[in-house]
Amino acid sequence: MTTQTFREWALDETPSSRRQASWGRRYRIWLNLRSNPLAMIGLTIILLTVIVSLAAPLITVYDPGAQNLYNKLAFPSSEHLLGTDELGRDVFARILYGGRVTLGLVVAVVILVAPVGLLIGCISGYLGGLADTVLMRVTDVFLAFPRLVLALALVAALTPGIESAFIAISLTAWPPYARLARAETLTIRNSDYIAACRLTGASKFRIILRHVAPLCVPSLIVRATLDMSSIIITAASLGFLGMGAQPPSPEWGAMISTARRFFYEQWWVAAVPGLMIFVSSLAFNLLGDGLRDVLDPKQT
Amino acid sequence: MLVDINNLHISFRSRTGVFEAVRGISMNIGAEKFGIVGESGSGKSVTARAIMKLLPNNAVIEADRLAFDGIDILAADEKTMRGIRGKRAGFILQDPKYSLNPVKTIGVQIAEAWYTHKGGTRREAMQAAITLLDQVKIRDPKAVAALYPHEVSGGMGQRAMIAMMMAPDPELLIADEPTSALDATVQAEILRLMEDLVSSRGMGLILISHDLPLVSHFCDRVAIMYAGKVMEEIRAAELNRARHPYTRGLLECIPSLLQPKEQLAVLNRDPAWMNP
Amino acid sequence: MKRRAKTLAGILSSVFITLFGLLVVTFLIGRVIPIDPAIAAAGDQAPEAVIRALRTEMGLDQPIWVQFYRYVVQILHGDFGASNVSHNLVTSDIARYFPATFELAVLALLVSSLLGVPLGVWAAVRQGRLADQVIRVVCLAGHSLPTFVFAMLSLLIFYKTLDWLPGPGRQSIFYTDMVPVFTGMITVDSAIAGDWDAFFDALAHMIQPVCILGYFSMAYITRMSRAFMLHALHDEYIITARAKGLSPATVIWKHAFPTVAVQLVTVLALTFAGLLEGSVVTETVFEWPGIGRYLTNALKNGDMNPVIGSTLLIGVIYVSFNLLADLLYRLLDPRVR
Repeated sequence: MTTQTFREWALDETPSSRRQASWGRRYRIWLNLRSNPLAMIGLTIILLTVIVSLAAPLITVYDPGAQNLYNKLAFPSSEHLLGTDELGRDVFARILYGGRVTLGLVVAVVILVAPVGLLIGCISGYLGGLADTVLMRVTDVFLAFPRLVLALALVAALTPGIESAFIAISLTAWPPYARLARAETLTIRNSDYIAACRLTGASKFRIILRHVAPLCVPSLIVRATLDMSSIIITAASLGFLGMGAQPPSPEWGAMISTARRFFYEQWWVAAVPGLMIFVSSLAFNLLGDGLRDVLDPKQT
Repeated sequence: MLVDINNLHISFRSRTGVFEAVRGISMNIGAEKFGIVGESGSGKSVTARAIMKLLPNNAVIEADRLAFDGIDILAADEKTMRGIRGKRAGFILQDPKYSLNPVKTIGVQIAEAWYTHKGGTRREAMQAAITLLDQVKIRDPKAVAALYPHEVSGGMGQRAMIAMMMAPDPELLIADEPTSALDATVQAEILRLMEDLVSSRGMGLILISHDLPLVSHFCDRVAIMYAGKVMEEIRAAELNRARHPYTRGLLECIPSLLQPKEQLAVLNRDPAWMNP
Repeated sequence: MKRRAKTLAGILSSVFITLFGLLVVTFLIGRVIPIDPAIAAAGDQAPEAVIRALRTEMGLDQPIWVQFYRYVVQILHGDFGASNVSHNLVTSDIARYFPATFELAVLALLVSSLLGVPLGVWAAVRQGRLADQVIRVVCLAGHSLPTFVFAMLSLLIFYKTLDWLPGPGRQSIFYTDMVPVFTGMITVDSAIAGDWDAFFDALAHMIQPVCILGYFSMAYITRMSRAFMLHALHDEYIITARAKGLSPATVIWKHAFPTVAVQLVTVLALTFAGLLEGSVVTETVFEWPGIGRYLTNALKNGDMNPVIGSTLLIGVIYVSFNLLADLLYRLLDPRVR
């Protein structure tokens, strides 16, 4: 099937199968998103970052951990594109490999947290009553701490490291998803087609999983995309405060933390990972903002 | 002529294309009671808002002539329009629940309309507001002036709305479905109030509604709109002699107590009406 | 009247449940998750006997719910324990450090709301136009900015290179401890004492952290103001206001804005609480002697009492600002009053 025929097939006004209809919807969303230049810039940056960090061994010959004490804190040159750090490690290589740490953490957190939040929110909103009260009070408690502060305290109670950072960020990230899914569920649950499902004898869990949850997904995708940017910042902040990934891991926040000691003299060693944090976080924000216009128009 | 419309087109641009809501209508309205009737989507509200230039930014208005008392509205800037809006032409919206500002008291909102166009102190304006509330037959105007819109009934809210639009003594009142959101018992009272005020002050009235019998009862002339076009313009008293099949169709759909029918007629829409 | 008392009781009870939840979570963090809080407190080099004694003293040999009961009783008596490093009481430490953070947060909130609200309103009025797009990108950038990088760059440029602004810290050495303490907020204290040199010195030290914290929260305030205003500008009463012949400025500021102002109060309260979070990182870079740096220092030393104390404090402030916002909303909005 060539792209031309796919386009025609997907945009068919009278789809003949369910599959065709849903692909048509997806394709229209994509066309809408494509007309938003800012969102496309964000998407491009994200894809580039992912590809570049996955293909790191092909792009650089340097090992991110290889030290060369004879050539430390070198200014960017043709040999070391972004210079070297305090142990003579190639900063460019560390940036590329660091992308794996950051993106890996972000993806892991969202994959774990978004479905959990969705399920809790839908159950809470659909069942109502005692289940709702209990679940919402629990989310309230977690929402009562600023995210970074709770994550810091949790990491301190565990042991500083990337695994603890993952646990801490996940524990602090789910409540907003639950809140959002619950709010969406409340608007859906009294609609007539849910009543129709109930009348045909569908079980509560079937209704929640097949009819309520899918409708919450678009706004959750928007939320998750925007959230990824704040997870990047939280992870980097943890690293910067010495509570996230530990040296010698090439995590961007931890790199800045060590480079802070000689920042006034060799500023580029900290500035480059700082820029990467900013750019990747901005990319997710741009994409999320564009997605919101397309998927969740009532929010704008 | 108060309002002079000739070959008016209104369309809305959106990401998916252009939608033409009004497709070449003409009407001349003087100091009379003029009704515009049509189903939802027929373009009647959009036409009314175009006269006041109150359409959203994505609306495109084109016309051979669109004038209020000789002033070309298409060419008028915001400042000229402000001299017309409120001061010379009042505009009453459908549902007072949404069309009154929820965080301002009724008195303040009426007083604002008064001093914007007539000047004077706030105290005088508030006094005028209470007098106006009295004129729209609100029993305890002083108390009502201090209430917020959500604290009054729909009928009372619409009276306040009328008082607000009457405050600067306009020459024309445009009422966009003024009674559709109200209880049936209140509808007639509000219309009678409007009729009284309009007649006693010698104003023009444009009454927009989907209710053909109601409009024909209160108006001198009626324009029947369908799909952005005027199907027929007729004197209200001669409605029984309407010739256009759409108008006839509408009239036949109305159940009557005097001449009960076995089965009500169903309106058959002729595609040809779209492009006469 | 009865209905109002009922909703008030509902709000208060949910606040109490949340506060209780805060205690549970901090208890879990401080006493349950660490493998052995006694070792954590005494250090892993401590002799076995010392640790065993400490374990009994901390009540770690008791069942968990007894431990929790003791923890709650302690907290309710205002006893947050002492730091294992400095041996100062956590409460007196917090009393010393909190004013510095409060001073920073208040000024940042002032700056960000004075800029953010008009920007958001402007963006909403010019929806889709150039101004809106620019403001949108500026805000997204603000959301994406790692504050510590921004803070370090700012120090490099304005302090080290240009030498326009003072460096890290709260005061120049010359003025340190020269101002009598009333509130702990140096700008206020020096103004009370009439020491204007010290006042301007303190103010100069605040410029960078306030701008950085302020930019971050301005992004949030602007976005929310824009969203609220867009919503309001599409309402029917805006058509009414325009039909009355009011000027665009009157329509925007006297008709649309008052309906969203109440919602913005909530946003401002949340922003203030969020500034406490921002202060953790910012204070570290600027060596600002506030609650954020106190927290991070304690974290580095594995000093759990100060960590729990300041986490609990920030949580309580968060909850009380939420409560305040809720009450203000009920007080100010005629629709729910």
